[in-house]
Amino acid sequence: MPHVILPRIGTDRAWREAARACLAARLAPERVTWSLGEAEDLLFDDDEVPPAPRPGTVRAPAAFVELAAQAVWHRDPERFARLYGLLWRLRLHPRLMDDPADAAVAQLIRMARAVRRDIHRLHAFVRFREVGDRTAPRRRFAAWIEPQHLTLEPAAPFFARRFADMDWLIATPDLVACFEDGVLRFEEGASRPELAEDEADALWRTYFAAIFNPARVNRRRMLAEMPRRWWAQMPEAAAIPDLLRKAEAAARTMAEAPPREPPLYARALARRAEAAPPRPHPPGPASVLAGDLAACRACPLWEGATQPVPGEGPPDAPLMLVGEQPEDRDDLTGRPFAGPAGDLLLRLLAEAGIDRAQVYLTHAVKHFNYMTKGRQRLARSPGGAEIAACRPWLLRELELVRPRLIVALGATAAAALTGRAEGILRRRGGIEAGPEGLPVLLTLHPGHLLRLPDPVAAEMETEALRRDLITARRHLEGMAAGSGGDADASPSAEANAPRRAGGSAAPRGSRGRVPDPRPPQPEPGRSSPASIPPSRQGHAPSVPPRGVCGG
Amino acid sequence: MARTLHQKLQILAEAARHDASCASSGGQGRDARKGEPGHTTGSGICHAFTPDGRCISLLKVLMTNFCIFDCAYCPSRLSADTPRARLAPEEVVQLTIEFYRRNMIEGLFLSSGIIRSPDDTMQDMIRILRILREREGFRGYIHLKVIPGASAGLIEEAGLLADRLSVNVELPTEAGLARLAPRKDAQDIRRQMATIRLRTEAAQERSPTGRRPPPFAPAGQSTQVIVGADGAADAEILRMSEQLYAGYRLRRVYYSAYVPVPGASDRLPPRPPPLLREHRLYQADWLLRHYGFTAEEVLPAGDLDPDLDPKTAWALRHRHLFPVDVRRAGREMLLRVPGFGTRTVDRILSARRHRALRWEDLRHMGAVLGRAAPFVEAEDWHPRGLLEAEGLRDRLAPPPQQLSLF
Repeated sequence: MPHVILPRIGTDRAWREAARACLAARLAPERVTWSLGEAEDLLFDDDEVPPAPRPGTVRAPAAFVELAAQAVWHRDPERFARLYGLLWRLRLHPRLMDDPADAAVAQLIRMARAVRRDIHRLHAFVRFREVGDRTAPRRRFAAWIEPQHLTLEPAAPFFARRFADMDWLIATPDLVACFEDGVLRFEEGASRPELAEDEADALWRTYFAAIFNPARVNRRRMLAEMPRRWWAQMPEAAAIPDLLRKAEAAARTMAEAPPREPPLYARALARRAEAAPPRPHPPGPASVLAGDLAACRACPLWEGATQPVPGEGPPDAPLMLVGEQPEDRDDLTGRPFAGPAGDLLLRLLAEAGIDRAQVYLTHAVKHFNYMTKGRQRLARSPGGAEIAACRPWLLRELELVRPRLIVALGATAAAALTGRAEGILRRRGGIEAGPEGLPVLLTLHPGHLLRLPDPVAAEMETEALRRDLITARRHLEGMAAGSGGDADASPSAEANAPRRAGGSAAPRGSRGRVPDPRPPQPEPGRSSPASIPPSRQGHAPSVPPRGVCGG
Repeated sequence: MARTLHQKLQILAEAARHDASCASSGGQGRDARKGEPGHTTGSGICHAFTPDGRCISLLKVLMTNFCIFDCAYCPSRLSADTPRARLAPEEVVQLTIEFYRRNMIEGLFLSSGIIRSPDDTMQDMIRILRILREREGFRGYIHLKVIPGASAGLIEEAGLLADRLSVNVELPTEAGLARLAPRKDAQDIRRQMATIRLRTEAAQERSPTGRRPPPFAPAGQSTQVIVGADGAADAEILRMSEQLYAGYRLRRVYYSAYVPVPGASDRLPPRPPPLLREHRLYQADWLLRHYGFTAEEVLPAGDLDPDLDPKTAWALRHRHLFPVDVRRAGREMLLRVPGFGTRTVDRILSARRHRALRWEDLRHMGAVLGRAAPFVEAEDWHPRGLLEAEGLRDRLAPPPQQLSLF
């Protein structure tokens, strides 16, 4: 009966080699015995030495190979036989590894876990002491540790990666790992070397005692995570009994310390801090609103948001685009239309021949309303209460910018500007009267287009939004070209014009381009601005036109 | 009188110990290079445990405990009459390197009181990180506490040097912050978190030529919230955590039970909340991150039940969804069974392809059967009347602790 003697160094590779040979020779588990020897070479203590199989002839599931590579370092003398027994069964039941309820698999999984934990503790609890000259180009350190299993060999590469620029030696009763000039080698085990304390040990103990909070003693937890068997080589362990003894008294002193008068310097510093001016708001048009907006608590949306997102654009923009509410990215950056919907809108603006720099972009609701789904924030349309609560801010923006045309993107903006959210699909493309009779061109929100599952529908809707933006441009150009030229474009805009300094006379809509003299073309199949019946334009917005913009 | 390095370390580590976050996990794997010590493994290592059962993974220390802010709960607040110290940049660097070389730590967790101004303080901290990374070539883990009020530009600089950044929300409600930490601005704190998220995401995008930009805070960001110092209920705290995880992709929210600090301010409760509350919050937080629960489901209002873990409490409120058949139920529902962890669920899903699972199989796969029994059905097990039993809650709650003699 073959008896396999495995070497102490490179045990994992040797076991694998022997197991392959035995399996190829069809040796049943009960016909092989295994042990760990002294020698470095794999031995078969019998004359029935099975020949090494050709590569690729012996197969095992990857999960088994991984399991064996760990469990082989366990101190259980039966580990080699257990592994071979499982390997033998895997020939006929290759899926056995997926069944953690199988007793043999479960046992080896437990052993592998014990080995992993032991390796992890080696990584954690080794404490080096300096044994060489501190100023040498390659510093030298040494450590002693007694692991539970034969884990120094699998644990050592970690230290080689971490401490590649120094020489070190880790001694255990079973094995010594030695790393010199970048080369890792192993030797037979040693007895405990004398390693003198160095100054870092004392500093470490100071740190260990200081970072411990005596008000939260939890001795059991400490012992579970750092069992006593590891304490021998840890310089901080010596401090533990004393810390525990004094903890209760220390916690009491902390808790019962009476409130003391602040030191003198504290009062002086506090006065100076109070005298310091508050931090100025960042420059830009948004800053006009930003300060007050940040303090807005008119609805609960502020609670979940990063920050309010005020509008952005020149203070005299002839065109104002009003979206629904900040997108995820708007909320993070504090800028409107900073996310995917904004990207789409800016692209369409450019395609419609509208210069972004001449447009004031804002949202009807200034805080991001969302629901969480795992790590995502999904936008949720604001409700009537939130729209109403945020409306004064929109009106302030209208008052500050006084655009000649507003484009309402989506139902929320329509609700905020015209008082009605319903029927946006029927109303889109039309111009209605907004606050103070300002003309409001209704259309859909670019974010809506991004959510359409059907690419054809999305493309059609994108085209429709582009046309609406072109309509907006032409409308403005019509207004800029002169009040007589485009009488039916928007009576309310005309009514509005004289309010503005320089109103309709200034070629503001041209934005440096040659104005398009053509009147807006009615789009087939949709209501054009010209087709809005006067009665609908006169449809009063829910807010009285008087006083909302003028304060 | 000049303080020795021992004294400074003692003062500044004591001042840092109230920060609960200690992890060094979640980083990118990175090896030491020629002449540059240190590597991070991605999973983090606890090198020691103090008698409070907490792990030491990093040298957690303040740069200084001088502070111009006066946050009531903080031992380093301006008005506290406490010994003050400041570590020179070189001292922080030497402590980090020497502890690291002896395998005592994974790296540095640097925080600080605020001196002169938030930006000045942040700049001083960045200088320390620069020496460590650039002169010493230190490749271990660095966690930097972002100073409240520090500008976005400095956060961007810090993220290129640190593995993890964290901005503390400190208190779950704005009202609490206004009362106890009047100079901290809740909105500003969230804006800093947003900056970190945006920068992190930008660093993950390849350029058109396929080059990766330098990593930015590769171990992500975390935060800490103090529990029990203001009146916030657990439900509010969990809702806040949920928002922070989704909004800023935080890796962790750390809950730190308020500890009465020496000479505590009269704006604070005189007694700490029970540590159990902190424990329950961590359990509930785990449900948010790994078990597919929403904050609303875990706890619609009020405080967590101290006698029951949050998942068992949820299951008792939703008995109509049980028993769950371990032979058939989907992953989502298995995760909701009390006593089943994510690993147990993975094993169940794997093992049941081979056999009809029995009671004994569940034990092998790591389920806590005492808790799971009323809620599961297996090949040879049905809870029968157990699930509807009157005394089920008492059965699952631990026996009341005997009052100690006083």
